Amino acid sequence: MSVAVTVESIQKTFANFAALRGVSLDVQPGELVALLGPSGSGKTTLLRLVAGLEQADGGRVLFDETDTRQLSLRDRRIGFVFQHYALFKHMNVASNIAFGLKARPRAERPSRSEIDQRVSDLMELVQLKGLERRFPVQLSGGQRQRVALARALAIEPRVLLLDEPFGALDAKVRKDLRSWLRDLHRRTGHTTLFVTHDQEEALELADRVAILNEGRLEQVGSPDDVYDHPATPFVCEFLGEANKLPVKVVGSQAFFGDRPVLGGLQQNQGGPASLYVRPQHLRIVDEAPLSLPGVVEDLRRNGAVRRAEVAVQGLAKRLDVDLASQVAPARGERIRLRISHGSLFAAA
Amino acid sequence: MTLALPAASSSSSWRQPSILPGFGLSLGITISALSLVVLIPLAALFLKAASAGPADIWAIIASPRTQAALRLSFGAAAFSAIVNAIFGLIIAWVLVRYRFPGRRLLDAAVDLPFALPTAVAGISLAAIYAPNGWIGSLLAPFDIKVAYTPLGVMVALIFIGLPFVVRTVQPVLEEADIETEEAAALLGASRLRTIFRVILPGIVPALLTGFVLAFARAVGEYGSVIFIAGNVPMVSEIAPLLIVIRLEQFDYAGASVVAMIMLIVSFSLILAINAIQAWSRGRLGHV
Repeated sequence: MSVAVTVESIQKTFANFAALRGVSLDVQPGELVALLGPSGSGKTTLLRLVAGLEQADGGRVLFDETDTRQLSLRDRRIGFVFQHYALFKHMNVASNIAFGLKARPRAERPSRSEIDQRVSDLMELVQLKGLERRFPVQLSGGQRQRVALARALAIEPRVLLLDEPFGALDAKVRKDLRSWLRDLHRRTGHTTLFVTHDQEEALELADRVAILNEGRLEQVGSPDDVYDHPATPFVCEFLGEANKLPVKVVGSQAFFGDRPVLGGLQQNQGGPASLYVRPQHLRIVDEAPLSLPGVVEDLRRNGAVRRAEVAVQGLAKRLDVDLASQVAPARGERIRLRISHGSLFAAA
Repeated sequence: MTLALPAASSSSSWRQPSILPGFGLSLGITISALSLVVLIPLAALFLKAASAGPADIWAIIASPRTQAALRLSFGAAAFSAIVNAIFGLIIAWVLVRYRFPGRRLLDAAVDLPFALPTAVAGISLAAIYAPNGWIGSLLAPFDIKVAYTPLGVMVALIFIGLPFVVRTVQPVLEEADIETEEAAALLGASRLRTIFRVILPGIVPALLTGFVLAFARAVGEYGSVIFIAGNVPMVSEIAPLLIVIRLEQFDYAGASVVAMIMLIVSFSLILAINAIQAWSRGRLGHV
C-alpha cells in the first residue's frame, strides 16, 4: 500500500521569502523520516507541498513513479495530522474517524457495517475504545491527537504526513505518544514523513533524519549518522550541545594554540578550522599528551548527568564537560581534558 | 480537634462564592435599567390591554383584520429573515474569504441599512419598485408587482434586516480554522461536502443569532414598510401600522391588545430559537 516518496529539487517562494531552495529527498516505502529544523527552515512548507496543500514553484514530487501534480487531493490518499488536530468539532469521535470513508464516491464507499467495523478497529488501535460518542472538546490534547491520527489512518493512506504532531502537548504526554507512535509505525508500516523542531524527538523516532536550514537540506542520514558525523557546523550545533574550539590543523593533528588536542585526523585539509566537541566526548585524564588544561569553575546537575564548566586559557566561553565517573572534581581544581571524539570543519 | 467551619454565609446556594466583588452592584444596576426601560413599560402595556376585559380582547384577536395584519407581519418577517440568513451568509463569506478591489467599500455598505432613516429606505424602495420605477418597470411585463403588495413588505424587511446576519456571521467565519477544511479535502471530501458537513455546522449558532435579530427587527419594523406596502387592510397592512391606526382612533385598548399579542408571539419564538442555539453551543463547546 505504501509508496516511495521522491522529492526532486523543489523550490517555493512566498512573497519574496524563499521558503525552499532546491530540496531533494528520497523516502523508501515504509520508512519513517523526520524533517528537522528550526522555525522558518521550510520543513512545514515541504510537508504541505508533499500533501498537495501548496504548489511548488519548481521541481516535483513523485509517489512511486507518479508525478503528484496529476493527482487530485483525494487520489493522493494522504493521511495528514495537523499540529492543532484540526478535528471536526461538531462531530463525535466516531464520526470524525469515519469522515474519510463516508466522503468516498458512492461506488467506492464501504457499507455502513464495514465503516463501523473499521472505526471500531481504529479506536482499538489508538487505544480510545469507549470514547466513540465523545466530542473533541471533551478529550485531552493527547487523546485528540490520537483521534486525528485514527482519522488519517482510516482512508488507508499511501503516505502519512505529521506536522509537529506532538508540538501542542506537554512533555510527559509527548514522551508517551512518541514511543507509542514508533510502535504503531512498526506494526502498520506506512511511509511516514513527520515535521518536528525537537531534535530529541527526531533522533528517537525516525529511521532517517533530514535536517533543514533556511530552505536547504543540510544533511540526511540515520540518527547515529547525523549525530556522530554531522556534515555541517549547523547540524552539529542543532543536534544537541557542542563546545566550539578554534584550532589549526597541521598534518594529522589539530592544535589549540600551540598545544595538540586531537590526533589521528584523516582529513588532508590544513589551516584554521573549528573543532566541535560534545560535552560527553570530553574526559578528565591524568596524563599530559593530547590534553587540554583547565580549571573547574562550576558544577551543575543536568538531568541524568553531572556537568562541569571548565575555563580554558585562551577561550572566552567555558567548556561544558559531562562527568562520567562518580568522583567529581572540586570547584577550582586544575584538571586536564582529553577529546575522545570531535567534528572538524574548515573555518569559513 | 476539629476546626470550626465558618458559618454558612447568608448568600444562598445558587450564588457561587467569588473573590471578584461586584455581583450585587452590577445585578442591581442591570435590573434597575432593564425595569425602567423595558419591563415597566411592557407591564403597563399588559395592564392597559387587560383593562379591555376578556370578551373585548377575544373580539379584537378574532377580528379578521387583526389576524391578517399579524399573519403578514410574522410571515413576511420570517420569510425576509430566511432570505437574509442565506444572502447574509454568502455576503459574509465573500467579505471574509476573498480579497478584491472595493472589498472595504462593500463591507462598509453592509451597515447602511442601520444608518439610513427607515422612512428614506421605504421611499427609495417604493420609487424603485413601483411599476414605473427602475426595477419595477423590468418586472411589470411579467405581471410581478412589488410595491404596494405583501412582496413590497418583504423587500423592505430584507433591506433593514441584512446587516444583522452579515455582522454576526462574519467574525465567526474569520476565526474558522482553515486547517479543518484542508483536513476534509485531504480525507477526500468534495468541496460541497466540506461546506455542508464541515464549515456550515460550525457557523449555525452565529447564523441563528443573526436570523433572530433580523426576524425581531423585521417584526417591529414600521418606518420603511408603510411607504412601500400600500397599507391595504387585509392585504398589505402590517400589525405595527394597525396599532398606530387604533391609536389614532383613540382605541387605546385595541392598540395594546394587538401589541400584547405581538409581544407574546415574538418572545416565545425568540426564546425557542435561543434554546436551540444554547443546545448547539453546548455541543460545540464554544463559539
